[in-house]
Amino acid sequence: MAITAIAIARIHDLFAVVMLTGIFSLLGAAAYVVMDAVDVAFTEAAVGAGASTVLMLGTLALTTSEERPASAKNVIGAFIVVVITGGVLIYGTLDMPMYGDPMAPIHHHVANHYLGESSTEVGLPNVVTSVLASYRGYDTLGETFVIFTAAAGVLAILGRSRLPRRHHNDEDGEAGTASSPETSKDPST
Amino acid sequence: MKQKIILRVISKFLIPYILLFALYVQWHGDFGPGGGFQAGVIFAAGFILYAMIFGVAAVREVLPAATTRVLLVIGVLLYTGVGVAGILLGGNFLDYNVLADTRTGGQHVGIVLVEFGVGITVAASVITIFCTFAGRRPEEYKEDYGEN
Amino acid sequence: MEQFPGLVPYWAIIVLMMMGLYIVIAHGNLIKKIVGLNVFQVSVFLLYITMAKVEGGTAPILAEGIKLYSNPLPHVLILTAIVVGVATTALGLALVVRIHNAYGTIEDEEIDKLEDQT
Repeated sequence: MAITAIAIARIHDLFAVVMLTGIFSLLGAAAYVVMDAVDVAFTEAAVGAGASTVLMLGTLALTTSEERPASAKNVIGAFIVVVITGGVLIYGTLDMPMYGDPMAPIHHHVANHYLGESSTEVGLPNVVTSVLASYRGYDTLGETFVIFTAAAGVLAILGRSRLPRRHHNDEDGEAGTASSPETSKDPST
Repeated sequence: MKQKIILRVISKFLIPYILLFALYVQWHGDFGPGGGFQAGVIFAAGFILYAMIFGVAAVREVLPAATTRVLLVIGVLLYTGVGVAGILLGGNFLDYNVLADTRTGGQHVGIVLVEFGVGITVAASVITIFCTFAGRRPEEYKEDYGEN
Repeated sequence: MEQFPGLVPYWAIIVLMMMGLYIVIAHGNLIKKIVGLNVFQVSVFLLYITMAKVEGGTAPILAEGIKLYSNPLPHVLILTAIVVGVATTALGLALVVRIHNAYGTIEDEEIDKLEDQT
């Protein structure tokens, strides 16, 4: 994964960069499976390596497909910021429990309750679904609203395609006004 | 891409199975990995594959823009409706215990309905976003901003 | 420093995170910034999932005869975060398309120059 990240930073052809992002997401999904997070791996493979890559390719088709080589500016400043932030984060991990430690504090409070009581209170084998939809159902409602807002936002920013409307305007006998913006607000697109 | 015979034939063969797999993931989220989000994205991926090979206009014949907008809203309303039904039947908001006779039965009904709502919204949302990107012609910027 | 072997996975993930942050800061192209944000995002999720793993546990799906499971709570949070991440990526890409329509370029230096001219 580190090699993919370095390649993304160095390559200027944006099409290759988008493909490498898809590969990076897929490697991330494989890493999640190794960590026993199967639901998360499923979602990351579907969303990160699927939908995200397709949307980026769509953006590339609508804009340019090459990065200007002179655009890597203030490299030294970025490097210093990155090293300082990484140093602070590593200093923060010195207090953390070992990787995979069963005695870590996060495994002993709420998670124990979910794993223990889920079969009697909810009755589903998949604990992640029962937590997501039942114990923390309110958060999932908020998340559904977020996805809805994203779709509404994209509709508002990019608008709808005006392709078929031109012919109808000319047939109606109007003096064919070139770019009348109200044609894109037609409700019957 | 209509001229590529292999792509056309294989995609026509695969798309029903992709949609079927999405429905399988949706309903079996209780027993294995899966659930609403994954199923919604896979369902949308089937439609995106169809749009990539046969064109966005073909997808618009199957799913007009008004239908996807209505589907977007129906998912969220279904989720909120289950929550309000919890209130109407005597419990709290999003309380599934009161939805059926037994506690685990009520939980099961509530979770299945809620995940279905999430799946519908996620599928409609990803299809909408993709069709908005793909339906836009690259030279439209001259019409938007005049001479710039 | 006696905890060195147990903390190495976290440090490797922090290195990945910093690579993503570097891509966001040091590159001027807007699409590359969004790509760097995605790299940063995937590595942050990896950090949380690494914290959730329990040695000798399995995936948190209840089954007969298995006693030790990995912690399901971070999985739930990360599921929500992944979906929110794709939502923000989609909105960011839509804004990039609009910026390209308005300025004709997606390099932020050129956009600054065009802004200074008008």
